[in-house]
Amino acid sequence: MCLALPCKVVAIDGETATIDVSGMKKDISLALLDDVAVGDYVIVHVGYALTKLDPDEAEKTLALFAEMGEQAMAEAAREIH
Amino acid sequence: MKYIDEFRDGDLARGLSAAIRQAAVPARSYHFMEFCGGHTHAISRYGVADLLPDNVRMIHGPGCPVCVLPVGRVDMAIRLALDCGVTLCTYGDTLRVPASDSLSLMKAKARGGDIRMVYSSADALKVAQANPEKQVVFFAIGFETTTPPTAVAIKQAQALGLKNFSVLCCHVLTPSAISTILESPEVRQWGTVPLDGFIGPAHVSTIIGSQPYEFFAEEYRKPVVIAGFEPLDVMQAILMLVKQVNEGRAVVENEFSRAVTREGNVKAQNLVAEVFELRRQFEWRGLNVVPYSGLKIRKEFAEFDAEQRFPVAYVSVADNRACECGAILRGVKKPQDCKLFGTVCTPENPVGSCMVSSEGACAAHYTYGRYKDFQ
Repeated sequence: MCLALPCKVVAIDGETATIDVSGMKKDISLALLDDVAVGDYVIVHVGYALTKLDPDEAEKTLALFAEMGEQAMAEAAREIH
Repeated sequence: MKYIDEFRDGDLARGLSAAIRQAAVPARSYHFMEFCGGHTHAISRYGVADLLPDNVRMIHGPGCPVCVLPVGRVDMAIRLALDCGVTLCTYGDTLRVPASDSLSLMKAKARGGDIRMVYSSADALKVAQANPEKQVVFFAIGFETTTPPTAVAIKQAQALGLKNFSVLCCHVLTPSAISTILESPEVRQWGTVPLDGFIGPAHVSTIIGSQPYEFFAEEYRKPVVIAGFEPLDVMQAILMLVKQVNEGRAVVENEFSRAVTREGNVKAQNLVAEVFELRRQFEWRGLNVVPYSGLKIRKEFAEFDAEQRFPVAYVSVADNRACECGAILRGVKKPQDCKLFGTVCTPENPVGSCMVSSEGACAAHYTYGRYKDFQ
């Protein structure tokens, strides 16, 4: 029951936000978070936004995956030759 | 989908798999516990274990809130519905948890109990507002992710002056469970496995931050890497743990920096502190009674506490003797080591709680991994 998806906020009305998940709209509560703006991604769990996604950190993490993988693949290629 | 698909990329997974193979020292073995059921689910669903070298073993921990809910607590919810005549609102996962007398909340509903599945604590509050003639109880379970929403519901009920809403509070705390795994006397009964590190919770950590795990790294010399629930997150965390072990380090690292900070969600923490206080003890399925591991409603909010309002005292009930959930939750046994697994105990007819939620170790292995057992 802890599975939860990052969802895009498309509208805000007071403490209620509308999120879009692959075209499906749903209202959630922003009671646990301040400073959410339309366009932000939030992790939604049991109808509440728990935290905002940091786009810069997401990019850095993906870049790290790629870097680790490329190094390992290059190393493996060297071992084969 | 943004922030989802890119963390499931096959090419990146192959690269990370190669990196783990190169980092893992062949002469030694690595045992890492993924605490969260969300990680267990990802590992089973995406076949992460198959991408790891043989000397890196993942152990499923007790971080599935449904799996650790003891029979006696489900019995209380059933008594509320059947004996006290309340409308019981519950998250869907709890409906099929086996209880006493061959009952579950689902079967109690079939017997006439007014039991309703809700998606959110706010929905339970709406049920109370719409049915002023009925007493409505929210069966509140879960770790630090579901606790703040329950606190919000109680505060809103107070603000609205609702007289027909209360909460059966069964919220539990992650750090207490990790401590118990590391030092409880029951380890003698169940045996223990060597643990070289933990994959720390994803969504729990969005609330409590990474700071609470620093204690484990320092006191027990166990590395902790907090990781997201996507397969690449889990693989990166395993790589980071292998490197820490190789270097003899034991610190908290945060792979899930896109969502987790050291401090966590302070607003949510303050709400929880305002509404709840520690219970002296709370029984967990599989871990027995764990001191200061659960929360109860503060006396300032006693009118919203179902345990104060209705005569439903907790009675401890032993699990089915053949069920190995206790040993599985501690990582001592695998689901396939249980005689009941896949025979009488299936996701359609769970005997133990690890088979109920899709995040339970048994349900995850039954759904995604059991055919490999026959190879």
